[in-house]
Amino acid sequence: MSALLAFLIFVGILAAFGGFLIVLSSSLGPRPKPNPAKNMPYESGVAGTETNESRISVKFYLTAILFIIFDIEIIFMYPWAVSFMDFVKSGQGMYILGAMGIFILLFVVGLIWEVKSKALDWNN
Amino acid sequence: MGKDGLEITLNIVKMLVIFLVMVQLVPVLVWLERRVSAFMQNRFGPNRVGPLGLIQLLADAVKFLFKEPFFPEKGMAVMYYGAPIMALIPGALALAAIPLGTPFHLEEADWNLFGFIPLGHHPAYDFILQGYDFGVGIVIVLGVSSLGAYSLLMAGWGSSNKYSLLGALRASAQMVSYELALGLSLVGILMVFNTFSFYDIVAQQNPANPLTFNFLGTVHTMPWWIPNWGIFYNPLGALIFFCASFAETNRLPFDLPEAEGELVAGFHTEYGGFALLMFYIGEYGHMMVASALMATFYFGGYTIPYVSNEAVATFVSNTHHFLGAFDLSIHSNWAAFVTSLCFFVSMLVKILFFLLIFIWVRWTLPRFRYDQLMDLGWKTMLPWALFNTCLTAVWLAISHKPV
Repeated sequence: MSALLAFLIFVGILAAFGGFLIVLSSSLGPRPKPNPAKNMPYESGVAGTETNESRISVKFYLTAILFIIFDIEIIFMYPWAVSFMDFVKSGQGMYILGAMGIFILLFVVGLIWEVKSKALDWNN
Repeated sequence: MGKDGLEITLNIVKMLVIFLVMVQLVPVLVWLERRVSAFMQNRFGPNRVGPLGLIQLLADAVKFLFKEPFFPEKGMAVMYYGAPIMALIPGALALAAIPLGTPFHLEEADWNLFGFIPLGHHPAYDFILQGYDFGVGIVIVLGVSSLGAYSLLMAGWGSSNKYSLLGALRASAQMVSYELALGLSLVGILMVFNTFSFYDIVAQQNPANPLTFNFLGTVHTMPWWIPNWGIFYNPLGALIFFCASFAETNRLPFDLPEAEGELVAGFHTEYGGFALLMFYIGEYGHMMVASALMATFYFGGYTIPYVSNEAVATFVSNTHHFLGAFDLSIHSNWAAFVTSLCFFVSMLVKILFFLLIFIWVRWTLPRFRYDQLMDLGWKTMLPWALFNTCLTAVWLAISHKPV
């Protein structure tokens, strides 16, 4: 509990420190008159056409969705990994191996299906 | 201020010290990066400001502070200014969760400052060289360090620039893809060590024990000159972890988000001055976290190679004149402190070694193309990490006889 409180206070301190640096650097620098050409987004000299509402490739959404699924599956393996040797030493090695084997099989089938359905292809 | 108050204060002070060490290491690392890059390219690098150019980054930091503040025309202020602040947080939090030395035991004593200012009576206390300990070890490090993707996304989205947005999207897609391989590559070594706790992991790599392999109930002991390191138990996992940590920190050969030829500077195109420096602090913080994890899991952590932890403690507590002032054989608290310090130096050397490799690789390998990068992450490293997990599981299951 005390570790968690210290952790949260430290996050607050870091955010305050970062904010202080931003405020400090933006108050110390020179402030010349605003200039429309300078305020434009830097796009190699061409007048910027896109904003943050512009459309982006669906590949990025697919990657994000697939990441969430696979990451949760990997997180499930962590408790299994640290209790694996306890099962092996108590003679239940094959049971724990088989139980996780089914889970990993589903994982592999999912991965193969994704590769086959070209959800992970970026070159087209 | 009760016991909890003391604990909280101590934890915050430790985290602040670790954070400041991280921030202070950044100029040194940038200097090292520029000098090593120059050395590899047969140039001089920064060598004018101060001895060997060491003061260069201090001068740069002052210059950064006095840069003109810039805010892009259509930008979103909360995102734009929040991103560099967000960049500082994950690296510092993750680094604070990794132990940098053995915990040292302070005995019950009347403490005083400089020998005469009394500080009151203190009970025995175990001081850990770690910002905070939630008891979940590696899980919290992986959890907070992956928050780094938020800072990139905020920067890209907030600056309202085509290049920034594309750079941020690339960066976050790359980070999440390689996070899978990173997380999965650690499963094998966690199975070998059978714990989440960093202290237990390092204790199992104590050089006092030789490297042993258990095969079908017989124990094979390796010769003494092979250190008892995690990399020998799980070499494939170490390789995948190492590659994935490059992608996680957005370093070459995986620095697609900042590919100059395509995206100017990626997600920080619109940044300048100190905000840009804060992104660099975040990036170098991530590199330090990756190096510290690499050292802890695969290279013996804070242990000193070939010298057992007990031998270090015995050697220190038998030292009669430390810096001509303390007789460590009498002051057991100081002996515990100096022992911890030895381990801390060993950890620091290992971290710096891996940071040097980060810089070295930068000038060794060319950059990937984006589709190659995603293919490598999803179709090569993820299956290999999965194979490593299965191989380790089967090996451990068949090689250990049930007790």
